[in-house]
Amino acid sequence: MSATTSSSERSLGSLFRSQGAQKLLAFAGLLVLLVGFSVASPNFMQTANMITILQAASINGVLAVSATLIIITGGIDLSVGTGMTFCAVIAGVVLTYLGMPMPVGIVAAIAAGTLSGFLSGVFVAKLKVPPFIATLGMMLILKGLSLVISGTRPIYFNDTPGFTQIATGSIVGTFFPIFPIPNGVVILFLVAGIASFILGRTVLGRYAFALGSNEEALRLSGVNADRWKIAVYSLGGAIMGVAGILIASRLNSAQPALGLGYELDAIAAVVIGGTSLRGGQGTILGTIIGALIMAVLLNGLRILSVAQEWQTVVTGSIIILAVYADMLRRQRAAAAT
Amino acid sequence: MSAAMAHSVQPIVSMRGIDKSFPGVHALKSVDFEVLPGEVHALMGENGAGKSTLMKVLSGVYSRDAGTVEVDGRTVEIASPREAQALGISIIHQELSLMSDLNAAQNIFIGREPRMAGGLLINEKRLNAEAARLFEHIHLRIDPRTPVANLTIAKQQMVEIAKALSHESRVLIMDEPTAALNAVEINELFTIIRELKAEGVGIVYISHKMDELKRIADRVTVMRDGGYVGTVPAADTPVEKIISMMVGRELTDEAASIPDLSQAETLLEVRNLNRGREVRDVSFSVKKGEILGFAGLMGAGRTEVARAIFGADPRQSGEIFVHGEKVEIKQPRDAVRAGIGYLSEDRKQFGLATGMDVANNIVMASLSRFIGPGGVLDDGEIRSTARKYIGQLSIKTPSERQEARLLSGGNQQKVVVAKWLLRDCDVLIFDEPTRGIDVGAKAEIYKLLNQLAAQGRAIIVISSELPEILRLSHRIAVMCEGRLTGFLPGGASQEEIMRLATQRGGNGKNTNGAKP
Repeated sequence: MSATTSSSERSLGSLFRSQGAQKLLAFAGLLVLLVGFSVASPNFMQTANMITILQAASINGVLAVSATLIIITGGIDLSVGTGMTFCAVIAGVVLTYLGMPMPVGIVAAIAAGTLSGFLSGVFVAKLKVPPFIATLGMMLILKGLSLVISGTRPIYFNDTPGFTQIATGSIVGTFFPIFPIPNGVVILFLVAGIASFILGRTVLGRYAFALGSNEEALRLSGVNADRWKIAVYSLGGAIMGVAGILIASRLNSAQPALGLGYELDAIAAVVIGGTSLRGGQGTILGTIIGALIMAVLLNGLRILSVAQEWQTVVTGSIIILAVYADMLRRQRAAAAT
Repeated sequence: MSAAMAHSVQPIVSMRGIDKSFPGVHALKSVDFEVLPGEVHALMGENGAGKSTLMKVLSGVYSRDAGTVEVDGRTVEIASPREAQALGISIIHQELSLMSDLNAAQNIFIGREPRMAGGLLINEKRLNAEAARLFEHIHLRIDPRTPVANLTIAKQQMVEIAKALSHESRVLIMDEPTAALNAVEINELFTIIRELKAEGVGIVYISHKMDELKRIADRVTVMRDGGYVGTVPAADTPVEKIISMMVGRELTDEAASIPDLSQAETLLEVRNLNRGREVRDVSFSVKKGEILGFAGLMGAGRTEVARAIFGADPRQSGEIFVHGEKVEIKQPRDAVRAGIGYLSEDRKQFGLATGMDVANNIVMASLSRFIGPGGVLDDGEIRSTARKYIGQLSIKTPSERQEARLLSGGNQQKVVVAKWLLRDCDVLIFDEPTRGIDVGAKAEIYKLLNQLAAQGRAIIVISSELPEILRLSHRIAVMCEGRLTGFLPGGASQEEIMRLATQRGGNGKNTNGAKP
C-alpha cells in the first residue's frame, strides 16, 4: 500500500498548509536576492552577516506569525507593534520594578499579550467591531498604556542577569561554535513550528481556516465560531508577547515609545509570503520566507550603501510586486482549469 | 408512501402552529408541517412565502415565536443547528455552506473532528477514512482530500449530503438542490434520494421545478405569504392546481409564438469563435426581433460563448459583426459600445451594484449623458430617467431611491435590463434569466423578453431549463462540449434537444465523468 508514503507526504504538507506555487515564488525571490547581493558585495555572504540577517528577521518574523493567524481568519491585527512594546513594558515592570525572577517576567509578558489578544477577539467576535477598527483601537490603547505604566521612560533590565541572553545569546553556538545562531532566531523557528503545527493539525487551526473561508458555514455546522475566533486572537496575542520579550532582551530595555510601524512590517511579511488578506488561506512557512525577504533586502541595501530613505521605497515596491505576481499566478491557474 | 400511510406511521417531525415575526415582517403565520419516515415531502411556494424561514426554525437557525415542534412524538426545543443535528435534522442550504478553502473530508467533519493525542490533535487519517466510507455510500467518486473549491457544484452538493448522512440524519432538508445541476447530475441526485428514502430517511424537498416534484415527491405542502395553504399528494395533483395554490391564481403556460423573421435584418453575427476547450469554432447569427435560445448541459460552453462575445474573457479567434459591420471587442466596454448587453446569471455579483439605489444602477452604463454644467451629475435627470424605465418595465420598487439589493430577483433582473436599454443595446444576452426567481415573476420575465424582441432587439437566452428554452425561443442553438451541435426550430421536442446536447463532436471522449 502507498498509504504510508502518502500520509507522511500529507503530514508535511498539512504542517505548512502547502500551497506550493506561491511559496515557490517567494522562495525563488529570496534566492534571487541572496545570489544578487552575494554577487554585488563580497561582504554579504558571510556567516556573521547571515546571522545579522536572521537576528533582524526574528522579531518581525514572530510578529508576522501572529499576524498570519489572524489574517487566516479573515481578520487583521494592527495592534501587534504597540502590543509587543506593551508586553515588554509589563516584563520590565515585573522584573525591574517588582524584582521578580526572570520566568515570572516572561510569563507576565506572554499573559499580557494573550489578554490583549483576547480583548481584541472579544471586540471583533462578540461586539462585531470590524477587526481593522477594533485592533486600531487596541493599537492606540496599548501604546498609551505603555507610556502611562512606564512613565514614558525606558525600563532597563540591568537587575535581571541573563535577560539579554534570551534573544542575543546562543545556545546553538555553545555546541557548534562555528555557527552561533542567536537564541532569538531559534525562538522564531520554534514559534513558527508550533504555529504551523497548530494550523495544520489541531482543531484551532482547522477552525481558523474555516473562519476565513466561510464563517457562516462554520456557525451552521454547530461550531461556536465566536469562541474559536477569540481563541485565535488570544493565541496571536501570546505570540506577540514572545516578540515583546525578544525586543526587550535585544535592547536590554523596554522602550515605551517604540512599536508603531512594526505591525505594518509584519503584515508586509505575511503578504509577501502569499497569505491572502481575504482569509482562508495562508502558510507560516510563506510568512517566514516573507520576513526573511524583507530582512535580506534591508541588509543587502545597507551593505551596498543605499540610503536608508530608499530602503523603505524598495520594501514597498516589493510588496506590490509580490502581490501582483501572486495575482498573475492565480489568474493563470484559473484560466488553466 | 401513500397518503393512507400518513395516519398509520408516526411522523419523525411534526410542526404545529409555527409563528415567527421579524421587525416589520410576519414571516410565518401559524404553519403546520410534518415529515414521515421514508417520504419525500416537497415544500413549495414563491420566494418570500416562508419556506426557508420555516426550515430555519426546524434546523435551529431561528427560534420560533409560537407553536410546537415534536420529534418522534416528543416536544422539543431546537435552539441551535447543533441541537437540530443531535435530533437527526440536517439542512443542505441553497447557497452551499461549505468552506471552499478546506478539503471535502475536513468540511464533512467540521465541528466534530476525530481526535487523537488526548483530544489535542485531529486524527486526519480516520477523518479521511470515514469520509471515504460516506462517499462510497452515496457513490461519490472523489478523493476526500480534494479542496472543495476544485469540485463542481454537483459534487459539492454531494459532499453536503455526505455531511448530513454523517450526522445519522433522519430528516434531510434540501433547499433547491437541483438549481445548479444538469440533467445527468439531477438523475444521480434522485437515485441517492430514493436510496435514502428506502433507508427510512424523511426528506424535505424545496424546489420551484414542477417536473421534479412529479418525479421525486410523495406529498407537497404549499405555503403562500408566510401562511400554510395545504398539503396534497404529489402524484394525483395536477401541476396547475399546485401552481394556483402557490400564486393564488391560475397561470397559463403558453408555448412560444414564432414570428416570421425571413425578411428581418441580421443584428449579430458570430463567426468561428474559439476560446480554449470551452468554445470551439462557434458560428451563429441572431436577427432583429428574434429570441435565440442556447441549450446544453452544464459546462457545454454556453456562458463561455456569451462571455467571449461580450469581451469578458479573451477569445483566441473569431469575428463578430453587429448590424453587418465587423466590430473589435477586446473588453466589455467595446461590446457595450457596439450595442451588446450581457446579463450574467449571478446578478448580484456581476450585474448590479447592490448597495446603490435603483436609479444609479440604471444610469451606471450611461453616466456621461447625465453630466451637467461644471461636471456635476444632474441628479434630477437621473431620477426622472430612472422613473421612466421603472414604469416602462414595471419594476416593482417603492421608488427609484430604493437600494437594489432590497428588490426581488425578478425586479433586479429588470433593473439590469433597464441599464442596457438606456445604453441603446440592441443585442441582449440573458444568462439564466430566471435562476432563483419564483414562478409568478418568471412569467413576467418571459413577457419582458418577448416584448424586447417585438421592439426589434435581438435576444439570446441561455437556460438550463428545457421548458424555459422551449417556451421562449424562436430558434434553439444546442451546445455540447464547446461545440454547436445543431440548431432546432422553436417548438422542438425536449428529446431532440437532449440528443444534440449529448452528441459529442470530434474525437468524442467522455470528459465530464458522466455515466451514459
